Amino acid sequence: MAVISGRPARGALLPSRLVSLGNSRTGSLVVFIIRRILWLIPILFFVITITFVLMHLAPGSPWDKNGGRQLSQTVVNNLNARYGLNKPVYQQYGLYLWNVAHFDFGLSYQYQGKTVSALLLEGWKYTATLGTLAFLLIVPVGVSLGVLAALRQNTRIDYITMGFSTFAASFPNFVVGMLMVVAFSVLLYKWTQGSFFLPSADFALDDHLVLPVITLALFPIAYTARLTRASTLETIRQDYIRTAWAKGLPERLVVIKHVLKNSLIPVVTTLGPLFAFLVTGSVIVEQIFNIPGIGRAFVTAVASYDYPMILGTSILFAIVIAIANLVVDVLYVFIDPRVRLT
Amino acid sequence: MAAIPVGALEQSADWEVPEQQIGLWQDAWHRFRRNRLAIVGATVVLLLVVIAITAPLLVHFKLIPDPYTQQVENIEVGPVTAGHLLGTDELGRDTFSRLLYGSRVSLAVGILVQFIILPIGLGIGLAAGYFGGRIDNILMRFTDIWYAFPDLLFVLVVVSVFQQYTFGNVIAQMVMIFGAIALVNWVGLARLVRGQVLSIKEKEFIEAARSSGSPPMKLILKHLLPNSLGPIIVTLTFGIPQAIFLEAVLSFIGFGIQPPTPTWGQMVNSGYESIYANPSSVVFPAIAIGFTLLAFSFIGDGLRDALDPRMRR
Repeated sequence: MAVISGRPARGALLPSRLVSLGNSRTGSLVVFIIRRILWLIPILFFVITITFVLMHLAPGSPWDKNGGRQLSQTVVNNLNARYGLNKPVYQQYGLYLWNVAHFDFGLSYQYQGKTVSALLLEGWKYTATLGTLAFLLIVPVGVSLGVLAALRQNTRIDYITMGFSTFAASFPNFVVGMLMVVAFSVLLYKWTQGSFFLPSADFALDDHLVLPVITLALFPIAYTARLTRASTLETIRQDYIRTAWAKGLPERLVVIKHVLKNSLIPVVTTLGPLFAFLVTGSVIVEQIFNIPGIGRAFVTAVASYDYPMILGTSILFAIVIAIANLVVDVLYVFIDPRVRLT
Repeated sequence: MAAIPVGALEQSADWEVPEQQIGLWQDAWHRFRRNRLAIVGATVVLLLVVIAITAPLLVHFKLIPDPYTQQVENIEVGPVTAGHLLGTDELGRDTFSRLLYGSRVSLAVGILVQFIILPIGLGIGLAAGYFGGRIDNILMRFTDIWYAFPDLLFVLVVVSVFQQYTFGNVIAQMVMIFGAIALVNWVGLARLVRGQVLSIKEKEFIEAARSSGSPPMKLILKHLLPNSLGPIIVTLTFGIPQAIFLEAVLSFIGFGIQPPTPTWGQMVNSGYESIYANPSSVVFPAIAIGFTLLAFSFIGDGLRDALDPRMRR
């Protein structure tokens, strides 16, 4: 983006960036987005290659049974032929890349006759619900806690909010999840009647979601609150905020129109990594709360050497994270006109 | 510039000259000491280190029961029963002594992983920042791609692949898990070091050193490295709780150090199966993990405030 155009063009009174906004910025934004989408390809290629190579370094075969009678050699040979495991590794790799390019992720080894895409689609419902609810909780709660603490700096509200955030940011989420299960489902069983969660019960998309969503959201809320507080504190010391106060604007207007608009810019940058965190977090939370989502499917796939499933899940997660980062980067350009496109 | 106000020179003579010169580290230590939470954190960690080192001695002198001995007559008893301070687990092993032993794995993971991260992150960051240009570009794109891979997934795949090679060998398992965790966590340090080098490289004293003929190695070791040491230490300190957390999660999912070696994550996992009968078998290791991480992040916060030159008076 051309920030400084050298000579004062039309409307010399306007800041130069407004002048250049008209033509070059839109153009370079399109180039930027296209470049970022193309950047997905090497990332996916890397993810596939690393995972593929690692899995073929593993000594076991997916047909090994944990104890008990092993499959006969004939059966193993047939299975290998069926899933293409009798070909040389480089051919398997090439074939896999070719199939992935056609959105074919292969058959799962552990569930007979099911494609990886179907399994992922099944689990996606749970994982996406969990992630979306957590996200909808994280942003408003985290931001308002942070702004509140900053506006009431060094009061009891500030101390309580920041004390909570420090704890929540350091306590790992599975520990928090465990302790909540102990508290609400075991010790308070008389009152809750297992309505939140029972470790032995099946999972459904109802009030069973309360504890998992809180578990997943707690750390990001704390993190967002701390970040928002810091950037809000920095913003309210600026001259233009003093001007806004001096004009006699009511607090609501100053905060919403002047403070938040600027103090939320750094918060937006963390939304990309937040998605990565939600992905990792879902693996843990789904494990604690027996949620049949993708995270748990990944753990079972890893445990049973279900190569196509492991690869499919890794690709899906990598795509989700990469797209989230892309969206955030583009959003950022719109929110903060000072950003340079690279 | 002819007319210097009369008072100006006199005023400059009034500047406070400290009686005693305070060095960077001394100053940092002063500020660290003033941070109460950081001192609490440091005390907790120190205590943990002492516990981790002396745990076998405590067992030897029969101050705590052996963490591997199974007492079938005392399975899953609650706290403070039958000589078990925190009760026993599903195999009748003493929870308290398993908790003390678990600190060994957690501390080892937290600290040793940083020793693997340090050379990787430092090497890549220094090379990218110092040489710049194409080397920087290649290294940073590599770092970006690496960063796109969700860390827990990568560690899980690595551990599941190499688990069979290390079966029954605790040391090999540890090396594998440390390596896997370090492999996903060096990126942050590499980026930080690169940024530090890039900003310091432009400073006048580097130019002075270069123009007086310092060879590149000397420039890196004597100027660039010492000046970015503060942020590096802070990043590594914050890396400790991260590594402990990843190991605990791995153990919890069942891919960590294999039983019977006690680790906190594993204790949470096995306690979870009998959570109704004996909730304390989950609560104690969970709290141990939580407070250890809290202590390390207090230290990290304290160090950051103490070493960040922008926060100087």
